[in-house]
This record gives sequence, structure tokens and C-alpha cells, in this order.
Amino acid sequence: MAYSQGFTPHPKISYASAAPTGVASEAEYLEIGLRESVDPAALRAALDAALSPGLDVLDAVVATGGSLVDRIEAAHWRIELPEVDPDVLRAAVAAFTAAGEVFVERMTKQGRRTFDARAAVIDINVIMSDETPSEAVAVPCAILELVVRQVTPAVRPDDVLSGLRVVADLEPPVSPRVTRLAQGMLTAQGAIADPLDAGRDGAVIGGR
Amino acid sequence: MSAPSTTPRSAVANSVWPRLEPLLPQIAKPIQYVGGELGAVVKDWDTAAVRWALMYPDAYEVGLPNQGVQILYEVLNEQPDVLAERTYAVWPDLERLMRTHQVPQFTIDAHRPVRDFDVFGISFATELGYTNLLTAIDLAGIPLLAADRSDADPVVVAGGHAAFNPEPIAAFVDAAVLGDGEEAVLEITTIVREWKAEGSPGGRDELLLRLARTESVYVPRFYDVDYLPDGRIQRVVPNRPDVPFRVHKRTTMDLDAWPYPKKPLVPLAETVHERYAVEIFRGCTRGCRFCQAGMITRPVRERSITTVGQMVREGLEFSGFHEVGLLSLSSADHSEIGDMCSGLAQQYEGTNVSLSLPSTRVDAFNIDLAQELARNGRRTGLTFAPEGGSERIRKVINKMVSKEDLIRTVVTAYTNGWRQVKLYFMCGLPTETDEDVLEIAAMAHEVIRAGRAATGSRDIRCTVSIGGFVPKPHTPFQWAAMARPEVIDNRLRLLKQAVNADRSLGRAIGFRYHDGEPSLIEGLLSRGDRRVSAVIRRVWENGGRFDGWSEHFSYQRWVEAAAEVLPDFGVDLDWYTTRERDELEVLPWDHLDSGLDKDWLWQDWQDALGEYEQDDCRWTPCFDCGVCPAMDTEIQIGPTGRKLLPLTPVNGLRVPSDAKQ
Ligand code: B12
Ligand code: SF4
Repeated sequence: MAYSQGFTPHPKISYASAAPTGVASEAEYLEIGLRESVDPAALRAALDAALSPGLDVLDAVVATGGSLVDRIEAAHWRIELPEVDPDVLRAAVAAFTAAGEVFVERMTKQGRRTFDARAAVIDINVIMSDETPSEAVAVPCAILELVVRQVTPAVRPDDVLSGLRVVADLEPPVSPRVTRLAQGMLTAQGAIADPLDAGRDGAVIGGR
Repeated sequence: MSAPSTTPRSAVANSVWPRLEPLLPQIAKPIQYVGGELGAVVKDWDTAAVRWALMYPDAYEVGLPNQGVQILYEVLNEQPDVLAERTYAVWPDLERLMRTHQVPQFTIDAHRPVRDFDVFGISFATELGYTNLLTAIDLAGIPLLAADRSDADPVVVAGGHAAFNPEPIAAFVDAAVLGDGEEAVLEITTIVREWKAEGSPGGRDELLLRLARTESVYVPRFYDVDYLPDGRIQRVVPNRPDVPFRVHKRTTMDLDAWPYPKKPLVPLAETVHERYAVEIFRGCTRGCRFCQAGMITRPVRERSITTVGQMVREGLEFSGFHEVGLLSLSSADHSEIGDMCSGLAQQYEGTNVSLSLPSTRVDAFNIDLAQELARNGRRTGLTFAPEGGSERIRKVINKMVSKEDLIRTVVTAYTNGWRQVKLYFMCGLPTETDEDVLEIAAMAHEVIRAGRAATGSRDIRCTVSIGGFVPKPHTPFQWAAMARPEVIDNRLRLLKQAVNADRSLGRAIGFRYHDGEPSLIEGLLSRGDRRVSAVIRRVWENGGRFDGWSEHFSYQRWVEAAAEVLPDFGVDLDWYTTRERDELEVLPWDHLDSGLDKDWLWQDWQDALGEYEQDDCRWTPCFDCGVCPAMDTEIQIGPTGRKLLPLTPVNGLRVPSDAKQ
């Protein structure tokens, strides 16, 4: 691990758009600085072993030019809404999509802010699912999938839910379960490309 | 993309995780309840013969670094058929949700309900954790009162320093262990294992009886306390045949044979200490008369320089910590502290590893040590603890430090590059007058004056930090009266004025103090008897939680509860705190044997009043405090003459082989 210079050196580590607290994620990315070059596969194994179960390091690549933040344009989320009728959700989503702007409020580090939660949403769909959600529960559950563009201030899944409340009075009776499925570059087709692809075999390594 | 398979949380049959997880987004710092730290262990439930839940009764951020729990956790989990998991106090936000959603107190390792375990061990470094004990027992679904528990409930065992007088919590615990825990937990385990293997004959009562018969596990229910008409205790006697009259403390000898923790826990959330702490010795015979820790952990047992070196190497390698704390009651007193510090500093030169000595006596501190500690360019804070402001009061408390020594040492620190030191004192000591406390101001002024002269710089500071004195059981001050909070608060006000009387010097002096009120409650809890349990219960019922935290502690709540329940017993808060005891009074802990001879303690109390000092038996002949013959122990100190060899740096990546089980 490389450290910053100075009186109290800090490890060189930076997170790119970390998921909010209380949200599950299958796609978090971070950049770390090391003192010497190591085999990315061995690094992955070492980091993974040091983290608790459920926190899994899936892949590591050598950084090529440009920062990680620049490679994260959008995130793909899934929101499970137990005890919400899928038809009710579908209607709320239709109202949300139809709106040009949906203003929501949230406390940020800078205080209470109001911003548009609609424009950043590239895609929003109620998905059909035969399977029961995460922990099998015998209650109906609506599932929402979202693709949201990375903007400032960030539009988070809870902001979209606030938006659904604003446009359609949607009030989930139990706390929603939110999972980030992917994040990365937006392709022309609107899909999300793995931000590590640029660092994988074949890509130019080094060059800084 | 061929991603390696993920490691899901192992499916645990009795886990509360599915019910806990939905609550986590609704509370502050949920990560503290998730578990799975490096060093954590999850074992199979069904194949374990004996299962322990261990608790530090404070929040994760305070409790996780606790050495006592980490050591016992590791010692127990090393046994193939024993399972130990940890639990900490939950904050009120989660407590509320747990009550609403009926989630019981859980362990953070596998999120199992605490009530499912055989033994629930709680570590009390301080009495301020008592209300949190009640929350945990209650959330666990275990009856609050030991008397109401059934065979389905775990045996609730208290340990740690406060357990040397467990009487105030005697109603809530089934047992208490005095002293070192390494061997005690194994002995308890053996008894539980055998009893279970025999088909649990005689139920809970029989198990407790077997524990009591060891003479080193105190089972309060087997003792009756009788009171005199004036409220004092008449006697404490066993109410069963073959239960010992006195219960003795445990002492772990040969610390080299117990090199724990070997696999220190690496916290997931921010904690009070993020370092690898190694105890370099246990016990202290400096004989500070207010210090319960010094009195109850005798005799001194050093860990050898080579074992310390090995523990540091392996502990850092395992954990990746960058700070090493060399822990003890008075770290500079180790017979090879110089070689230890320079050896370690040399071994880790050029790395990010820094060393700290949490408890350093002012008179043993020297230039070499200061230099070694600063070698990696990092100057961790220096705290000196003269404890008493005047030479006279320092004789009373037997803290033999002269003002000249103190100034010289602090100036040494300044000239070696420290810009800031902390001086720690106590207020409310026996025989203390306003003048004794005001001398703290004179001392602080002189420190700054001498520091400025020696360094030629005005950029030096000192912080004067003041704590309230709390008389503790098993110390010569166990008979002493506490000063009233008003007296203490007034002395602190006078002191503050005196510090600021000189504007120039005063500006370089920070002043931090706790007012007298919390100390009075600590005094009630530390010297209380069984009647105090009613106060604890009332405070808890009225919402008392996290009493070690000033933002949660409510003096008012304690005073009111005491006023509500104590008069029924013919006593009150003052009776427990500001009242001096006489020689013949039966003290609530007289049947609990710390090894110290009560006559010797009384003599030391008289010596204190006579301002007569007592030497240290490490360097002068034994003065018959009673511990070694009573406990069949001996002083174990170096020097060994060995040195730490240079390390071959281990580079590259390391996959901890058994980080996960
Ligand atoms: C590091 C430290 C801290 C740290 C870390 C605390 C932590 N998370 O562990 C911090 C800075 C946070 C701290 C704070 C305080 N501390 Co402190 N601290 C220490 C110190 C230096 C080391 C503790 C230690 O790790 N000891 C080594 C371990 C292995 O010993 P142990 O915990 O007692 O455990 C052994 C046995 O007791 C037993 N055992 C323990 N639990 C159990 C449980 C069971 C079931 C069994 C069977 C056995 C058992 O087995 C263990 C192994 O043998 C000690 C001094 C010392 N050297 O002991 C003071 C000390 C414990 N602290 C003390 C005090 C007063 C406090 C505070 C109350 C200070 C304050 N006024 O704010 C707070 C309370 C914090 C809290 N809310 O709990 C006093 C205790 C008072 C007393 N009994 O006389 C001590 C002794 C210092 C002193 N000389 O005054 N402290
Ligand atoms: S018995 Fe003697 S040697 Fe042992 S701790 Fe007491 S004074 Fe020291």
C-alpha cells in the first residue's frame, strides 16, 4: 500500500461513487496506490481474504491512464419493494416517466437540497419476476430496475423513490431493498460497460 | 468476465440476520453490527460442546479493541469443541427497532441469539457498563433477575476489574470471576462440558454449585447477606454446605505461555484504538493507593522481550495494523523496556509502523525512550500522570514523583520535539485541601516556563486533565470518604482561575475536567452492596443507558433512583459515597479474596493519612501485602539479557491462511 506524504500519512485509496449506507451492491469500484507492482490476481486474493464474508473482491486490474471516476457514467440499480402491488408501481413509474422534471429534497452535507430526480434517469422499468426476492417471503413484491446517469448532486435510488412519492403518492409499507447491479461507461446502446475493461489484457499498461 | 465465486454469509440455522438486515438501513453506523472482521471466527453450532457469548458492555467502537474479550475469544475458540462469539451494546436506535421487531440481543459473528448460548460472559473494566448489561440481558430474552432464570437460559458470568466487587450486580449475574480469565474460562468450560455430557443433572442449580465449588467462581445466590440495624453489613455467609467462605482471584502466571491475542481483531468500523496492543506485563507494585488495578493484579509478571518481539511480528503480519501499543499499568517499568523499544524501532525503521506506550510513569520516562518512540517521525501524544498537585498529597497517594523530576522530564519531551504534553491529575483525594489542588496551577505554569526557556520557543503547550477520585474496593482507600461534588466543582473553579491568573502562561495551558457528579455515581457503584442493584434497575427502567458517555449519562436520573429505592433499606447515596468506613466494618467484598491482606490494607490506609510512603517490592524487599503467599504466586521479572534481532522485511502480498473459517 502506498501512503501519502506528510505528518500523518494516509493510505492512497479512493472510492468512485460509493453506494449509500444501507444499500447492497454487486458493483463497487475503488482505486488504490501501491508501493510496488504486484500481480493483480494475487492482489485480488489478498484483499478478498482480508475482508468479511459478503464483501468480495472480484477483480483487480492495473490502472491505465485516466481516473476511475471518469469511467463511471451510470449505475444500474434494482429496488425490491415488498408488499407493493406491481400494478400500482407500474402506474407510478408511468407518471414519473411522463413528467419532465420531478423535484425531490434530501439532506446533503451542504444542508437540505432540492433537485431534479427525473433527468438523470435513463431507464426505469417494473420487471416481471417469477422468483421471490432475496430472502423468500410469501408476500407480493414489486421490483424496479433503474439506470441512472452519474450527475451532481448524485441521484440515488432513494431519490427516485421520493420522486415516485411526489408524482404518485407511492409509499412503500416496508423499507425497500436496494441493490446496485452494475456501474460503468454508458455504451451507445444504453448498456453499462465494465470500467475495468480498459485495464484488462490487451489494453496499454502504464503510460503515466 | 470470469469472476471468482463470492463467499456468501454461511447459512446459520439460528441466525437472526434475516430479521436484523432490514433494520440496518434505518440506524446509525450499521457496519458495527455486521461482524466478519479479520480475526473473527464462526464455528459450527451443532458440533460445539460448549458455547460462549462474550460481551464488552459498551458500543462496538469501544468494545472491539478490548484486550480482555479478544484474549478470551481466542483462547476459547482454539478449543476444538468450544465456540465463542462476541456481542456488544447496541445503541438506543437499534434497541428500539429490535424491541419493535422482536429481534433478540445477537452475536455479531454469526448473529445468533445470546440466549441460545451456554455461558454469557461480560467483561467489566468499569462499573459504568452495568445498565448496558441489563439492556443486553433483557433484549436477549433472559430474565433480568438471576433468581428467575431457567435451565434454558445461559449462565451469566461477570469478569474484569469491576467484578472484584460484583455485589451491586449480584441480582443480575449468576456468577463472577475475579482476576485473570485465560485459565478461568477453560475451567468453567470443562465444568459445563462435563455437566452437559452427563445430561445436565440437577439443572442450573447443580451447574452453579459445581462452579462455586472451584473456590474461584463466585455464585452470589449461595451467599446470604445480613445487615445491622444501622444499615451496615453484619455478615456474608454461604447458605449451602461445601460452598467456600471466600472466593479467590485467578492469576495467570508465565505470560510467555499465553501469548494472546495472536490474531487481533481488525475492526470494520472506526474504533477508539486501531492498533495491535501487546501486554508487556501484568500487575503493578508501585503501590499508588487509589489504583485498584495495581492492587488487584499483583504480583508483577513480565512478558519477555523476545515473546513481545514475536507477538508484535506475528500480530502485525496477521492484522496489517500500523501501530503497536505496548500495554501495561506502567509500561516504562518493564525491566527491558529500553531494549524492547529500541529493538522494535530498529526492526520497523523505514516502515509505517509506530510504537506507543499508553501508560508511562513520569519518573521512568527518559530521553532514550522518547527518541525511540519518535523514530518513525510520528510523535504520539505524551501523558504524564503526577495525579496529585502537591508533594504532600502525592505522599498520601504514594505517587512518588517530585516536582523537579516532573519538570525535568516534561522539558526533555519538549526539547526532543514534542510541542504538546498532557498532565493528568485527580481531584477529591483523601485529605485533599484547596491548596493541594491549586498547586497544579503552579506546576503547569512552571512546566510552560521551563519548556519555553529550554526550547527558546513559545510554541509549546500542556493540557491539564483532571478526573474525579473514586475510592475502590481492595485498595487502601476503600475506607475513605468521597468529597461532595460541590467541593470538587469549587476546587476546579479555583484552579481554573489560578491557571489563567497569568495570561501569558495560561494561554499555553489547556484545561479539561470532569465535574464531580459522575464520580459520585461511580463511587456508589464501585463500593455498593446488593441493595444498590435496586438503584441500577430503577435507573435502567427509567432509560439509563451508556453511562460511560457524558451525553447519555444523567446524574439526575441516578440521584432520583437512589432517593426512591435506598430509604427502604435505611441508607442513602451519601451513606455509600461520602461516608468514611471504620476498621471493623464488614465491607461488601470482604468474602472476595484479591490476595491482599485486609490488615495490610488498613495499615497502608493509616500510612496514607500519616503521609508515609511505601516502596515497590520489585526492587526492595517484600512488604507483606499478602498476595504472593495467599495466591501462591511470585514476582516474575527480567532482565533476560536477550535482544531483538533485525527482521528480514516481508514484502509482497499476503493471504491470511486462516482468516476465514
Ligand atoms: C486500553 C485501556 C483503555 C482503552 C481501551 C478500552 C478497551 N476497549 O478495552 C480506553 C482508552 C478506551 C479506556 C477507557 C477507559 N478506561 Co481504561 N484502560 C486501558 C488499559 C490501559 C488496558 C486495558 C487492557 O486491555 N488490559 C489487559 C486485559 C487483558 O485485561 P482485562 O481486560 O482486565 O481482562 C482480563 C481479566 O480481567 C479477565 N476478564 C476480563 N473480562 C472477563 C470476562 C469474563 C467472563 C471472565 C471470566 C474473565 C474476564 O480476563 C482477561 C485476561 O486475563 C487499562 C490498564 C491496564 N493495564 O489494565 C486501563 C483501565 C482498565 N481503564 C480504566 C478506566 C478507569 C477507564 C475509563 C473508565 C476512564 C474514564 N474515566 O473514562 C474508560 C472506560 C471505557 C469504557 N467505557 O469501557 C481503569 C479501570 C479502573 C479500575 N478498575 O481501577 C484501568 C485499570 C486504568 C487504571 N489504572 O485506572 N481504557
Ligand atoms: S506479597 Fe510481597 S512480593 Fe508479593 S506483591 Fe505483595 S509485597 Fe510484592
